[in-house]
Amino acid sequence: MSTATMTATAIPASKGDIRNEIEAPSLIEAAALRSDKFRLEREDEWKRLEIILGLMEKGRIKRLSDDDVLALPALYRMAASSLAVARETSLDASTIAYLESLVQRAWFQVYGPREGFFRWFRKFLSGGLSQSVRDIWLDICIALAVMVAGTIVGWLLVARDQEWFYILVPAQFADVRQPGASREVLLDTLKVENDASGMSAFAAQLFTNNSSVCILAFALGFAFGVPSLLLLVQNLAILGAFMWLYDSQGLLPEFGAWLAVHGTTELFAIMLSSAAGIHIGRKMAFPGRRSILTAASDAGKRGAQVMVGVVLMLVFAALLEAFPRQLAETETRGLIGAFMLIFWLTYFFAFGRGREREELEA
Amino acid sequence: MSGAVAPHLAHRAKRMRQMVTPEGVALPLTVGARSARAGALILDYVILLTITIATAIFLSYVFDGITSEQDGEEISGAREFVIIVFSLFWFIAWNGYFMVMEMGPRGATLGKRAVGLRVASRDGGRLTPEAVIARNLLRDIELFLPLILILIAPSGETGLAGWGALLWFLTFMLFPFFNKDAMRAGDVVAGTWVVEAPKAKLDHAISTGGAAAKGTSSLTGAEYKFGEDELSIYGEYELQTLERVLRDDRPEALHAVAEVICRKIGWNPGAGDERAFLEAFYSQLRARLEGDMRFGKRKADKYA
Repeated sequence: MSTATMTATAIPASKGDIRNEIEAPSLIEAAALRSDKFRLEREDEWKRLEIILGLMEKGRIKRLSDDDVLALPALYRMAASSLAVARETSLDASTIAYLESLVQRAWFQVYGPREGFFRWFRKFLSGGLSQSVRDIWLDICIALAVMVAGTIVGWLLVARDQEWFYILVPAQFADVRQPGASREVLLDTLKVENDASGMSAFAAQLFTNNSSVCILAFALGFAFGVPSLLLLVQNLAILGAFMWLYDSQGLLPEFGAWLAVHGTTELFAIMLSSAAGIHIGRKMAFPGRRSILTAASDAGKRGAQVMVGVVLMLVFAALLEAFPRQLAETETRGLIGAFMLIFWLTYFFAFGRGREREELEA
Repeated sequence: MSGAVAPHLAHRAKRMRQMVTPEGVALPLTVGARSARAGALILDYVILLTITIATAIFLSYVFDGITSEQDGEEISGAREFVIIVFSLFWFIAWNGYFMVMEMGPRGATLGKRAVGLRVASRDGGRLTPEAVIARNLLRDIELFLPLILILIAPSGETGLAGWGALLWFLTFMLFPFFNKDAMRAGDVVAGTWVVEAPKAKLDHAISTGGAAAKGTSSLTGAEYKFGEDELSIYGEYELQTLERVLRDDRPEALHAVAEVICRKIGWNPGAGDERAFLEAFYSQLRARLEGDMRFGKRKADKYA
């Protein structure tokens, strides 16, 4: 017999007493290798941890007993130290692979998300969203400036040369609303509908379409902001062209009210999504003292919060566009639009400021 | 795991990372392979397409059914409802699938689960809902816009601008190939990465029974004892290969491996008792290598 086999079988025997105390089954006795004994002594606890993890991963956390929940951190630490020992003493590939997967799964559950979606959502509505919007104020200013500039450019271009109207406005919008259209025709496009049939389907489609556009604007903003700015200029130039068109027939206030019903919400949402995109691009271009990756992920999480807010705003915008805009008169339209604008401004810039200070002091 | 990595693990070692948890425990992680991630993505889109198209077909039948049964003005309400359900379902399915699945306790979509991947926070903290949302909002520019441009740009209709846009968006699409952690642009923005989440089962211990424990075959009663020279020809790589062969337990493989080992150590290969022979060889080789390991001596493979 070789010396190597001698050592391996001789040493465990001298520790036999300790083994017997922890209720050694015959398998542990039978194991020829020290590393297999190590494993057989601990595998019951590993398996207990595995069962607990299985239930947690399936979301059946309520089926766990209190004992199991209390034991989880200790079982996790034990498995982690078993892994460290096994790596240095065992060549059993399957045991090491098992422990690696077990420790990783346990880690994800022990440090996993503790708050459910609804708790997160409540925190989000009661301050998280407003906070994120305030954090990107500079980018909101940039987006607003670009939007105003785009509108003015659209107006001026069409005012100088009417050919620009056909270049700026996509064909599907320019139905009867063309330069030279009479006051009656234009007024008719702003008219009040008599019944609400078909409106909710219209609202649903508006919502999904606008949301997709906003997500795209956000994603484009990540590309260092430039494409998203171009998109903004182009879209707002269309608005400017239409404003010129209605103004040429003295219908600007009517058009403004017609647009404002949902426009204050929708344009606000578009502005926020572009601002969130610009924010990420700006933070990556100028990360300051932090690494680019940290700066990008901080900005990205802030942007994600704003984007959830944008999608919620677009639900409102679609409902407003489908019902009050089609069913209400000019004054009502204007009032609703102004009210929504004040509501969003208050919610984003005044809401939850006190709480912020409390948190700073605490 | 420094230095002594067996050669069969070398290509994986490039993807191995140590993530230090907030309380200082070093946790081994393996960055998900790009091929596995592509597979997961394809699986997810197959699942999504199947579900959404099946629902669309179902709803279109409902839609037609409503028209054919009643005529006149009253039907519009019911039809309208179907349209609303459909457009909201479409939007929520395509945008929400990835987010909802990745926010769950397993941090992975069905496709990622199938190939054994999950999303994790890169700083070792927990994966927040914001991070999951952020990494999924960039999907448009990473996947769909480049794909559309790949189809459009070569046609020449969009001219130079089309080619420019294609190049610009390809940098996002190919982003995972330009960093060692295989992060896509969404991962950068969210501070996440995709890691392997293996779910290994605990196999039986080989050395507890049969020839592995005593060195004696229960079939023939023959005793297998190997000497220093005979055990010193192999290292950890060969040991773990032998472990796989023993666990798979396929007779032809056992036979072939036993023959190779016999030839190598100069024994006469017998037939019929390969398993006992290999079990004995395995446990004695492992005992020897593990004994050396305790003194800090490791032998990665037969060449070491």
